[in-house]
Amino acid sequence: MSVYLDHAATTPIFDVAVKAMTDALTKVGNPSSLHTEGRSTRKDVEDARDLIAKAVGCLASEVIFTGSGTEADNAAIKGLFWKSGKKLIAISAIEHHAVLDPARWLVEHEGAELIEIPVNKSGELDLDFLKELVAKRGSEIALISVMHSNNETGVIQPIAEVVNIAGSIPVHTDAVQSFTKTPLSYKELGVTSMALSAHKVGGPHGIGALILQRAYEIPALLHGGGQEREIRSGTLNAPGIVAFAAAAASKIYEASKVQELRERFEAGLLTSAPSAYINGVDAKRLPGISNVTFPGTQSDSLLLLMDSEKVSCSTGAACSAGVHRPSHVLLAMGHNEVSAQSSLRFSLGANSTQADVDFALSVLPTVIERGRAANQI
Amino acid sequence: MKIIAAMSGGVDSAVAAARAVEAGHEVIGVHLALASNPQKYRSGARGCCTIEDSHDARRAADKIGIPFYIWDMAEEFHEGVVENFLAEYAAGRTPNPCLRCNEKIKFAAVLDRAKAMGFDGVVTGHYARTQIGPMGKTLHRAVDPLKDQSYVLAVLTTEQINGAIFPLGDTEKVDIRIEAEARGLAVAQKPDSHDICFVPSGDNAGWLRDRLGSEVGPIVDNTGNKIGEHKGAYTYTIGQRKGLGLTIPTADGSPRFVLKIEPVTNTVVVGAREELAVIKLMGEKTIWCGPAVEEKPLRGFAQVRAHGAALDCTYYFDGTRLVAELDKPLLGIANGQALVIYDADRVVGSATICESA
Repeated sequence: MSVYLDHAATTPIFDVAVKAMTDALTKVGNPSSLHTEGRSTRKDVEDARDLIAKAVGCLASEVIFTGSGTEADNAAIKGLFWKSGKKLIAISAIEHHAVLDPARWLVEHEGAELIEIPVNKSGELDLDFLKELVAKRGSEIALISVMHSNNETGVIQPIAEVVNIAGSIPVHTDAVQSFTKTPLSYKELGVTSMALSAHKVGGPHGIGALILQRAYEIPALLHGGGQEREIRSGTLNAPGIVAFAAAAASKIYEASKVQELRERFEAGLLTSAPSAYINGVDAKRLPGISNVTFPGTQSDSLLLLMDSEKVSCSTGAACSAGVHRPSHVLLAMGHNEVSAQSSLRFSLGANSTQADVDFALSVLPTVIERGRAANQI
Repeated sequence: MKIIAAMSGGVDSAVAAARAVEAGHEVIGVHLALASNPQKYRSGARGCCTIEDSHDARRAADKIGIPFYIWDMAEEFHEGVVENFLAEYAAGRTPNPCLRCNEKIKFAAVLDRAKAMGFDGVVTGHYARTQIGPMGKTLHRAVDPLKDQSYVLAVLTTEQINGAIFPLGDTEKVDIRIEAEARGLAVAQKPDSHDICFVPSGDNAGWLRDRLGSEVGPIVDNTGNKIGEHKGAYTYTIGQRKGLGLTIPTADGSPRFVLKIEPVTNTVVVGAREELAVIKLMGEKTIWCGPAVEEKPLRGFAQVRAHGAALDCTYYFDGTRLVAELDKPLLGIANGQALVIYDADRVVGSATICESA
């Protein structure tokens, strides 16, 4: 038996998405062409856009397809910054690198100033900090970016409150982990922009979306044929887009079922490893993510041992050389470097089963024992 | 057995891992990240410390069909190998960091961690052999004399040797490359690494100067007369002749060589070639790679450099030091070099040279 518990990294593609994608792959027609074939593919793309707009609660004209969630985040952070003419960027301290790194790049290359909004021990944004920042320096802020839920801990962030505090300051939210997992409405949140990714929701790799208010123009990252409101040029990836829509509209992911499994997993885990603790346990979390600290271990050893037992999970962050690094998310939540490097992320998905959870729990005691022994060296 | 294959990204460790799989072991590939800020690309003759090398190791593991992970040993490597290297030079000795790496990292930190995690041993691409006989598992020279690495492994205790697998010791390097090619390993023609892996430029003297400073000091003859100035004592090597910049010639015009480096007084002592000659080597921090040697003198071979000659000698342990009395004098021995004793091709043990006469 092998058990996949890394659905937050990527989750198996749904059958409906495979069907939609393979049908589209065998069709000819550039969606920008004016002839019969082009119009037919264009219709498929626009039908898909409607489905995604409906799933995320926005207008179809607010959906801009991109090559990934990372591209959507980059387009938003850089685009909103350049559009504003202001220099101050405020982001949460727990953003994904797809937000963190473009913000840091703007500091290095465009003279931006970056302020990271802290989180509490449960991993929730410090709204008072943000209020004070906006009160003092609101007129200097180009944009605020706070992720809808964190990819490592699953902790859901108070985006509606952020928007409320921000007033007229543009707000971007990376909703890559939240989409289809927890209620998410672009319109109700009132953010300026939002990033989505297909392969986290049962769609294929290589397709994402930037949701951006209608008639809100930002400078483009990619220039060319002018597709996607001239904010994102490049021939539309019709097979990817229709598969993304099929997955997003499928309702295959049952949040309550996934959450029950997660609760079973966490209860079992705390029984067999009483010293372990779950990060963000007191906060509102996504149904499928469980970030666990196992004191006295190193997560890369644990991962190797879990992998040997045919259970796939994640250590969170690795540097470009593949070396495990302490997670900036856990550090922001008050961990020290040692405890941050003693943590694993388990994430369940739409097809996870009770047998998966029970198998993972069955191998944990040996893995933890050996992980502790290796850490004594 | 369940074993960890230490994979540097070079051809030797890749073939070693492949052979271990074929021998029926359950093998997991591990690349050791030894530099805290690794370079992206390999350059020159260093071959284990860059992101490109870790990628090569990963692709070799893919080809062999084994799991692959990266272990961060940068801190252990810095403390156990790099700092030791600097401290030894600062004390006027000439260390070999490859021995320290085998002693403290590959067959200590890695082997111990592997054992704790339920593995039985570590396989590496070193050119050396092991044999099981009446003395247990013993360490021996490789069949390829040009590649033999038993010298740098002579710091392994019998317990470490028991946990080590060296599948390449029975093959010549040229055949390893042919085998790698036949196995479809992309690293088959990757150049050998031979410089010190943590000195990026290959310029050891410059690297040492940057870290230890380059305080000017006297060059003296062995009667204490100052005859020149040096640019940082530890950048000189015992036996060195060139680059001394001496302008006062000897009476008979014969060349002068570095005899001694005195870090405390920052002095370099020079003298005639014959003054470099020693016949008795004494080493401390002795490690036995098999049964311990006692006070009774035995005949064997001494080796003092990684690819140096095997010198006929009589050796014994005087209770605190390993002593080798050479049949013929040897020139240019520095304290800090490893003295390795062989019984025919078997590695008896090693010690760090602390005195010679």
